[in-house]
Amino acid sequence: MNGQPLISLDQAPPVGVPLRFFITAPLFALAAALLLLWKGAGLFHSRWDPAMLGITHLLTLGFMGLIMLGAILQMLPVVAGAPMRRPERVAAFIHILASAGVILLCGGLIFTVPLALKIALPTLGTALLLFAALVVVTLRRALPQNMTARAMRLAALMFAATVLLGLTLLSNHAFGWWLRARETLADLHLTWGLLGWVGLLIAGVAYQIVPMFQLTPAYPARLARWLAPVLFILLLALAPARHSPALWSVLKILLAAGFAVFALTTLWLQTKRRRKLPDVLMNFWRGSMMSLLAAIALWLAAQLVPAIGDMRGYGMLLGVLMIVGFAMSIINGMLYKIVPFLVWFHLQSRRGANGPTVPNVREIMPESRTRWQMWLHFTALAVLLAAIVFPAAFVYPAALLFGASNLWLWLNIVAASRTYSRVNALLGKATASAG
Amino acid sequence: MTTISGFLAPDHKRCDELFAATEAMVASGDWDGAAAGFGRFQEALLHHFAMEVEVMFPAFEARTGMTQGPTAVMRSEHRQMTDLLNQMSGAIAGKDSDAYLGDADTLLIIMQQHNVKEEQMLYRMADQALANELEEVVGRMRAMT
Repeated sequence: MNGQPLISLDQAPPVGVPLRFFITAPLFALAAALLLLWKGAGLFHSRWDPAMLGITHLLTLGFMGLIMLGAILQMLPVVAGAPMRRPERVAAFIHILASAGVILLCGGLIFTVPLALKIALPTLGTALLLFAALVVVTLRRALPQNMTARAMRLAALMFAATVLLGLTLLSNHAFGWWLRARETLADLHLTWGLLGWVGLLIAGVAYQIVPMFQLTPAYPARLARWLAPVLFILLLALAPARHSPALWSVLKILLAAGFAVFALTTLWLQTKRRRKLPDVLMNFWRGSMMSLLAAIALWLAAQLVPAIGDMRGYGMLLGVLMIVGFAMSIINGMLYKIVPFLVWFHLQSRRGANGPTVPNVREIMPESRTRWQMWLHFTALAVLLAAIVFPAAFVYPAALLFGASNLWLWLNIVAASRTYSRVNALLGKATASAG
Repeated sequence: MTTISGFLAPDHKRCDELFAATEAMVASGDWDGAAAGFGRFQEALLHHFAMEVEVMFPAFEARTGMTQGPTAVMRSEHRQMTDLLNQMSGAIAGKDSDAYLGDADTLLIIMQQHNVKEEQMLYRMADQALANELEEVVGRMRAMT
């Protein structure tokens, strides 16, 4: 072996830890597209239709959830400043349990198999709650002035609450017991999931990522300090406020305002960026923030003009804007930074002083491929929105485009991981012949 | 009041500016400008490392006795960044924009994470540990310019 291992590498888990999650996740989004293709326009009749719930969870748990698991397992030891014990086993355990849980849950909902739902309950519950506990406990050790870690802890608490509500609803589905507050719980489940877990996590990540990659000014200190805790308290207050329509509306308006401030601040910071090169990640962020603003505008319009809220497809438009537009855009873009960097980082650290050159991040993830996949993603988003309004005309193009976009994303990640294996083997040979 | 944070953190911003300006020139194919810009950027970054490695880190290590702690991590990241700078220097000489931009992307990530760690952790620790000799330590770093 050449030289001393780098200390930061001691803390970073092996590259396979996050990659196994990143490689699985787009396949769940692809499965969602295939289901849409199979079921067609009928799916859009109700967002509470079990098949629609299945598709939604393929995206929120299968795609978004798995990538979050991988990214956070990669990051935790570095933030906590201590290597994780047996990282590969922990990752394999959570990965297999969570993937199996998603398949059981979504398969059970889509094909109406109560037994699958019954098995999904302990499987998903164990994987997700174990993970949430790991995050909350580990991030307690992070520096108090680290606003990203603070927001992430709050997001993890919201995630745990969302999972608990989800498990309650799932047990109701699986065992058919009488749950009086079912609609209220479902409403809280999706609000806490999309705004609490996803929204707070994205805000926390943004504080660090937006200035870092585009060299923008930092988020205003007061915003970074207060936004996530305030949103968290507003979200919690939704539960008891359920019985007071006036308070409920006020809380929701404040939440909408908070997220609008976040989106507008992000777009404003990006106009002040010092790094002017065209950048795929920045365009993903822009598209994401605009989707968030569009969702807020649509929601606000429905508050002012109740007829809009009663429109068929209103809830589904909000869902697509938030899930595909807001969340999946950023995740997709982030993968294009995280995956090549991790591949490079691990190869570089294995390369001795005189080892063969390691491909750079642009060679590992060429921009020509990521840029076109990005346009495909945003086209798919637009056509999906059109398909909700005009199902007959757009549902099949939407499913095809969305499937193609996620297939391409998957191929891009697989290509990077194959580059890792190929160069890693070369490095192994070079070390052997040098030694 | 003179502090290590107050002296070294703005220097990170200066390096960022030079990085972004050079990268833009490489992307637009202005190789003469890029060569000059890269020279300034490389000098600024290496100078920043030198101030830390020759003055601040030894003072911090002597005061705290921590030689295998944060400063060791920072030194190893300095080595990674210096390697990338050398590769980028080769890319400038060969007018290879793909190679330059690829290494620049990588350098940016390491540099920014490194800066966050220094500004949120190491500089604050150093400001506390070296509270009685801040003037002297910062003065020696300033004398290096």
